Amino acid sequence: MVFAPFDGRHDMRDKVLIGYGQGFWGDSILGPVRLVQEGPLDYLALDYLAEVTMSIMQKLKGRNPQAGYATDFVKMLERTLPTIADKGIKVLANAGGVNPQACLEAVLELARKQGIKGLKVGVIEGDDVLARVPELVASGHAMKNMDDGRPLSDVQDKLLSANAYIGAFAIADCLAAGAQIVIAGRVTDPALVGGPMIHEFGWSPTDYDKLAGATVAGHIAECGAQCTGGNYTNWREVRDFVRIGYPVIEASPDGTFVVTKHDGTGGLVSRNTVVSQLLYEMGDPQNYLGPDCSADFTSAKIEEIGKDRVRVSGVKGKAPTPTYKVSLSYQNGYKAVGQLTVAGPDALQKAKLCADIVWGRLALDGCTFQDHEKIVEFVGAGVTHAGILESNDPPEVVLRLGVKCGDKKKVDRFGSEMVPLVTSGPPGVTGFAGGRPKATDIVGYWPALLDKNQVKTTVRVEES
Amino acid sequence: MAKVKLSTFAMARSGDKGDGSNVGVFVTNAKDYEVLKREVTVERVKQHFAKICFGEVTRYEAPNMFALNFLLRDSLGGGGSESLKTDAQGKTHGLGLLEMEVER
Repeated sequence: MVFAPFDGRHDMRDKVLIGYGQGFWGDSILGPVRLVQEGPLDYLALDYLAEVTMSIMQKLKGRNPQAGYATDFVKMLERTLPTIADKGIKVLANAGGVNPQACLEAVLELARKQGIKGLKVGVIEGDDVLARVPELVASGHAMKNMDDGRPLSDVQDKLLSANAYIGAFAIADCLAAGAQIVIAGRVTDPALVGGPMIHEFGWSPTDYDKLAGATVAGHIAECGAQCTGGNYTNWREVRDFVRIGYPVIEASPDGTFVVTKHDGTGGLVSRNTVVSQLLYEMGDPQNYLGPDCSADFTSAKIEEIGKDRVRVSGVKGKAPTPTYKVSLSYQNGYKAVGQLTVAGPDALQKAKLCADIVWGRLALDGCTFQDHEKIVEFVGAGVTHAGILESNDPPEVVLRLGVKCGDKKKVDRFGSEMVPLVTSGPPGVTGFAGGRPKATDIVGYWPALLDKNQVKTTVRVEES
Repeated sequence: MAKVKLSTFAMARSGDKGDGSNVGVFVTNAKDYEVLKREVTVERVKQHFAKICFGEVTRYEAPNMFALNFLLRDSLGGGGSESLKTDAQGKTHGLGLLEMEVER
């Protein structure tokens, strides 16, 4: 297969179809696989990063210089690249993690293996500022914790990762450089949708209303099936969850768009499923801050215009702030959580006794935890809706105990004191799967701001 | 007016914002939106989530969506990787809010 020559810029189109096939790290591979097969598509956007992902990737890269990106992305392309090549679909993913170049090389290698020649793969770099943190701090960029104002010096010696949230113009730059596959590190999730719109429609950095429209479109699509019937309150309205369609944004040059999904797929796109997702992880709806603009979500007009078609228009935007949000992570101690099932009668009473036994035996051995370092949950008796929906006498409960602290040995000591309850506690204790809970790292999250002029992004395109 | 659960006429979605959660709740017409705004106050939400939220509660209005958005600070046991809770991301807080009884 050979790609058609691509000059980096289409003739201006009046409609562009952007699918969002991966809502988060761990989402189903069926999303992108079906999006490229089951209907028309110009662009496929994919999100592979969560807040803790970057720190995990930095650790992997420390052990292996070729690691540190989302290998799931390459596995997904193994199944979809022939179709993507055949249909000329362009792919945008933040799969580069902390090593976009290694991700690019893996994709080119895959293309060669599949006999695909002339595939242009681009990377966006510059979001990773970890190595520059000392220099930045020394030159007066404090990167104080946005939530509580603490100085970065509190955690600077324990930093695991530091990445600026890059916007949609970097994606558009990479497309303009001719890339058919765009691999980024930490770009914002909505930017994966805005990038192709800027590229296709020739928007400028001061087209704030259009950029705000793109931000709203990206926010709706960024969690994949969460706008097409997934996690929807009135779930009985949703048909065929098995074949749930992932979102397709039909974007127009004026910044308006239609949210839809491919014909014949399951799920539901309605005003209510779209509004549900607009409210997801929302702060102040009038000031949704992003790297390219500040969007007013309360200005959006949301209308059902057909079956599984919702049009969004009228979105207003303002100039962005002069800073990028930077997501830093640091090592912040250890934790372990274990669970076992306690069968009735008297399940809740016995589970409470079991918890007291564990803490008591640990104390006998000189191992104690403060209240804020412990958790006790009786799953089935009212945990997720504590104080709202509870049951005093469920037929069984899952006892869930956990601890966290800076001393790894103490955390592991806790892990060894749960299984013994099966033979040395009240009757009916069972279901201990997975062995002793082991101490795992707690990755602390440190949101901060950094002047935009301190972050320079670059794009580079290579060909198979 | 009768006492009914929010779940009989409203929908919700929730998720995490740092060590707190956001709970968006919305209805489908202007009349119900008046009920929502009148009944679902910051004080009532604070009281409703007394065993879940230990920080400040903030309310925002989005009339174009007939929606209210609440920020519940300190409701996730530290949030993210720090939290030991089953629902470390507040995914269920929306359904929790819909259990609230209001006069409609």
